[in-house]
Amino acid sequence: MNRAYMTIDNIPVEIAGEKNILELIRKAGIELPTFCYHSELSIYGACRMCMVETGRGALEAACSTPPKAGMHIKTNTEKLRKYRKMILELLLANHCRDCTTCGNNGSCRLQDLAKRFNIQGVRFPNTAEGNDIDDSSLCITRDQNKCILCGDCVRMCNEIQDVGAIDFAHRGANMKVSAVFGKSLADSPCVGCGQCAAVCPTGAIVVKDDTGKVWKALDDRAVKVTCQIAPAVRVAVGRDLGLHRNENAIGLIIAALRRLGFDEIYDTATGADLTVLEESAEFLKRLETARAGGTPLFTSCCPAWVQFAEKKYPELLPSLSTARSPMQMFASVIKEETSRISSRAHVHVAIMPCTAKKFEAARAEFRQDGTPMVDYVLTTQELIRMIRESGVLFSELTPEAVDMPFGASTGAGVIFGVTGGVTEAVLRRISNEKSAGALMALSFQGVRGMEGVKTTAITAAGREVRIAMVSGLKNAADLIENIRSGREEYRFDFVEVMACPGGCVSGAGQPPAGSAVKEDRGRGLYAADKMCSIKRSEENPLMMNLYNGVLKGRVHELLHVNYNKEKIHA
Amino acid sequence: MSARFEYECVDKIVDELGAKPSSIIAILQGVQEEYRYLPPEIFPHLARRLNVSEARIYSVATFYENFSLDPKGEYIIKICDGTACHVRKSIPILNRLREILGLSEDKVTTGDLGFTVETVSCLGACGLAPVLTVNDKVFPAMTPEKAEKLLAELQSKRNTGGAQNA
Amino acid sequence: MLDSRSALRTTREAYAKSFQNEKKKILICAGTGCLSSGSLEIYERLIALMKEKNIACAVELKRETAGDALHPVGIKRSGCHGFCEMGPLILIEPEGYLYTKVKLEDCEEIITKTIAGGDVVERLVYHKEGVSYTRRNEIPFYEKQTRQVLEHCGQIDATSIKEYFAVGGYTAFEKALFDMNADQIIAEISNSNLRGRGGGGFPAGRKWSQVSRQPEGQKYIVCNGDEGDPGAFMDRSVMEGDPHRMIEGMLIAGLACGASEGYVYVRAEYPMAVSRLKSAIAQMREFGLLGKNILGTNFSFDLHINRGAGAFVCGEGSALTASIEGKRGMPRVKPPRTVEQGLFEKPTVLNNVETFANVPLIINRGAAWYKTIGPENSPGTKAFALTGNIENTGLIEVPMGTTLREVIFDVGGGMRGGGQFKAVQIGGPSGGCLTAEHLDLPMDFDSLKKAGAMIGSGGLVVMDDTTCMVEIARFFMNFTQNESCGKCVPCREGTKRMLAILQRIVAGEGREEDIDLLLELADTISETALCGLGKTAAFPVISTIRSFRSEYEAHIRDKKCPAGSCQKLKQIRIEAAKCKGCSKCSKICPVGAISGKIKEPFVIDQAKCIKCGACLTACPFKAIAA
Repeated sequence: MNRAYMTIDNIPVEIAGEKNILELIRKAGIELPTFCYHSELSIYGACRMCMVETGRGALEAACSTPPKAGMHIKTNTEKLRKYRKMILELLLANHCRDCTTCGNNGSCRLQDLAKRFNIQGVRFPNTAEGNDIDDSSLCITRDQNKCILCGDCVRMCNEIQDVGAIDFAHRGANMKVSAVFGKSLADSPCVGCGQCAAVCPTGAIVVKDDTGKVWKALDDRAVKVTCQIAPAVRVAVGRDLGLHRNENAIGLIIAALRRLGFDEIYDTATGADLTVLEESAEFLKRLETARAGGTPLFTSCCPAWVQFAEKKYPELLPSLSTARSPMQMFASVIKEETSRISSRAHVHVAIMPCTAKKFEAARAEFRQDGTPMVDYVLTTQELIRMIRESGVLFSELTPEAVDMPFGASTGAGVIFGVTGGVTEAVLRRISNEKSAGALMALSFQGVRGMEGVKTTAITAAGREVRIAMVSGLKNAADLIENIRSGREEYRFDFVEVMACPGGCVSGAGQPPAGSAVKEDRGRGLYAADKMCSIKRSEENPLMMNLYNGVLKGRVHELLHVNYNKEKIHA
Repeated sequence: MSARFEYECVDKIVDELGAKPSSIIAILQGVQEEYRYLPPEIFPHLARRLNVSEARIYSVATFYENFSLDPKGEYIIKICDGTACHVRKSIPILNRLREILGLSEDKVTTGDLGFTVETVSCLGACGLAPVLTVNDKVFPAMTPEKAEKLLAELQSKRNTGGAQNA
Repeated sequence: MLDSRSALRTTREAYAKSFQNEKKKILICAGTGCLSSGSLEIYERLIALMKEKNIACAVELKRETAGDALHPVGIKRSGCHGFCEMGPLILIEPEGYLYTKVKLEDCEEIITKTIAGGDVVERLVYHKEGVSYTRRNEIPFYEKQTRQVLEHCGQIDATSIKEYFAVGGYTAFEKALFDMNADQIIAEISNSNLRGRGGGGFPAGRKWSQVSRQPEGQKYIVCNGDEGDPGAFMDRSVMEGDPHRMIEGMLIAGLACGASEGYVYVRAEYPMAVSRLKSAIAQMREFGLLGKNILGTNFSFDLHINRGAGAFVCGEGSALTASIEGKRGMPRVKPPRTVEQGLFEKPTVLNNVETFANVPLIINRGAAWYKTIGPENSPGTKAFALTGNIENTGLIEVPMGTTLREVIFDVGGGMRGGGQFKAVQIGGPSGGCLTAEHLDLPMDFDSLKKAGAMIGSGGLVVMDDTTCMVEIARFFMNFTQNESCGKCVPCREGTKRMLAILQRIVAGEGREEDIDLLLELADTISETALCGLGKTAAFPVISTIRSFRSEYEAHIRDKKCPAGSCQKLKQIRIEAAKCKGCSKCSKICPVGAISGKIKEPFVIDQAKCIKCGACLTACPFKAIAA
């Protein structure tokens, strides 16, 4: 096959199927500035920062120009620099410039580009209006005064997540991102997935910060503070804390948390083992009793998906697994066990890749006498912030291990953090073959990979069991429509849904990252699974102790939840 | 939200134009012709029927100048501020009407929902500039004085329970 | 229901015959302009009077049957005659009398004198400078025009397909359907060099052939009737006055490109156009010219009407298709282009009203004939809406390449009230200002582009020396800024800043660096905005700075408006010679800027004066002037 080339800043670059010249320019090692381009979203072409000069001196937006063999473009000319500066100046003139106190200080693309293009003054009066800040959501905070209307959040909320909580309203200089009638997020269909915050280039949508509350608990000597760390967190902190790459840093995180003052530190993978056992049991029972072709069993460990189902598909709620999420199961066990041995006040913190977990923790279903079982949820971003604030030099630490009595977990629990992971863990549990080879074979059955929709089939309970794994709520909504169509190819027995594309590794609580980094995190979890000597949840020795101990006779009370209620939450 | 809102009329409009997202604009136009504005009650209803988000309907409704989320007056007076009318002094007419009715750029409808006064981009009746319309009927070659007289006529018509058309 | 070519022909001939047999025709203009001055009431009064006087009259063309000897007087609601200034207008055929500013009281005389007696009513004809013009075609306004696209406007009943048949309607479609194949149609349009009348001037034939080449089965023909430029109403007049003409063009485009569905997108501000189009479509369905298997062939075509909802930006192609799809009218990035993925992501021919209205003409009379009108590269005629400080405002049609001077001074009758010609804004908010030095410039796509303006959709706003060009630039920027969709940064934020700067200049608060800053913003917006409207948003500012920089400087440096138009820059002074010292002015002054001794001339403290003008009207001696 003939190779096609185009010239970028005098250097020939091979065209290899890129959809637009922006991808090609970045491949060529040039960091073309953009605000509104995300490879996973539709092309919007509004920020005009990525304009390049073509051979004839005309300007084209790189994001929306397909590469053509023989094309000559320049990405850095006097004209382009002039226009980029003016665009930045115009944006800054309409932007709250309290950078030092902004939640996104240091990770803001506008700040970064203003610095890169050496903007030294703004010649227009600042017209960022005094809009109210919307902090009605437990998961994210929206500050319109920092919005540059790139539309990334709108496209994420609608195209990828199908939530439709926000959209553009009004037009021209009055345009803003808004829920219907300018309502607050709490009054909107928002499910708290936080993906809007993950793509927001400025501080207009940020993850809610609960570090102050956790610091307060840590400072209170009368309070015992325990925590659990979700699987996806360990593969997302490295780069931000001075490591060379996002290697599995669980040991370092534990070491840091001890220095921050946490009394006991656990791994949510242990909670995931409990979820695997409960969900598998529920599934097997359902396979026996439910008729084939009925509604499949949907997972319920993703809180954004649960809320999505509650708001959009309430009729599906009876088909959601009653097994609580790993975080909630584990919190019940930890809280219960701790209260047995001591009456000391106890605060339990969950460190999660997820913004929606903040909402899950606050749900009425997960309270005991009004107190939530998870007192606070910290996202990965907040964990990084606390470690930085503490001054602990993360990269200099020596890895440490989790505490007892809940210090045992399996590889099955660890892979929960990536799309298909829950399914693979459940399959490990329900398949009859227990050999190492069988385990290996399972991983090749179409359960791995970052695709938004995956399907597989195995034989269990004496028949073919069909499974779908979706990530991204639009994919979930499409799948539900397809299942409802009743067509044979959409007959499933089990459906794993993760709200964030790619699963928890792409959670909105993680540091913002491109798709390559997210994939890398997924690989990190599979590598961690490989390092575990125990790979099946039922083989976790701790499980036996728990079921014979704290859970005896209380499995339903502590490990299950019924979302299918008239009144969903307080 | 009013529990008494009648959806029959809205449903009829939806059925006529087709319950699909591409009909949003035509449906909103139909609703507005009926109610003289877009009542908030229709948003969740239309969202369900068209299978789109309320935020999407709101985004369309706020994009186009013609849609109003606030109730409008019985008489909607639009003063053309197209180029031709502008050069032939349409703004003094607008100011006179606003002054008499106690309206402004931000308050466009009288408290008793009698009159709405707004500007409109070119009506294409440039040969008759400056023009205004009352409920879509064009009145040519206006002056502040003529507009005041017209308004007085409308007011008396309203007081005697006159019809909607000017 | 016409099911064959011969059925269409028979029908057409029958209506043509009865149209010709009408003894007289009374054509009452029912364009938006004349309607608003009461032409419909006149129409009804005339009918009533005819009945009263037992004169056989017909409001609807009857199909001529054999032996039918009745030759009535046809009373018709015609399309816009164009001479809106003089409305309500009535044309009497075959004499060609044009009656202007007709009132209800005149109806009686028109019937007794003209219809019954055949004499002209002198006082109703057009008079100018002592000359009276009895016949329409003698009036200079019409004499210099070449009405082709608008040929039926004012000549037939705009609400009747039968009258359109009577003047040869749908012959071009018939020819295209039965005698030509798609390639031949496209070749004819391409050879004619017909260029899009919406502003860009893109060759229509090239567009059609690109769409026809797309492998996709479903294609669309879309007519852009979102004529949003302030000061332009050519398309409205065609849609209202000769709707079938434009639809016939769309049908031919459908044939040429293999499309079976069309959409007409009409501005919300044109309710009359919408109702005329709707009734035209209903009549076409009735006659079988829309729907399945038209005239017994395998060509099927259907037409929908979409009303705009008030957004100028929807005149842009991709915003328009988004609006038809029920979305916010925000332009999208290209590629893919509309011809590849337009409406509902299908290949789409998008032309404006006037372009489609040219098509039947080209098919009927051939590309070679068409090219004899106007210059080689921009053949054909162009309709312009003539407005502003000009004697004859209205709708005109002249060959492309006619000079500005001919249009303004011959057709337009020169400046209103004898004012001095200063500039003409062409092409609306996307266009530019042309000045006296451009008066002999031929108006066609290429010449205007070279002069830094564009033909746009054809609005011509003529301005005299009392018009402040900075204020005009502010007016257009205000318009564009209001109508910006808000999507791309340069247009959304840039026009806002340009407007703020222009506002402060006309308020006398301009700064020395403002002109450079305006030009810098204008350059950024023009080069980087996403859509055509954004790219041209700054043109009025650029062109007024180029031609009238000194006016900007006078506002900024001397705080003066040379045209005397900017309120805030007016200096209100008391003429000492006229002032009697009555103190009325100082009493009414809201800021206490006027002082003096009784019976001695008062003075205004310019530093305090807020230029409200209250003293001007209060002075009984006209001693205060601005």
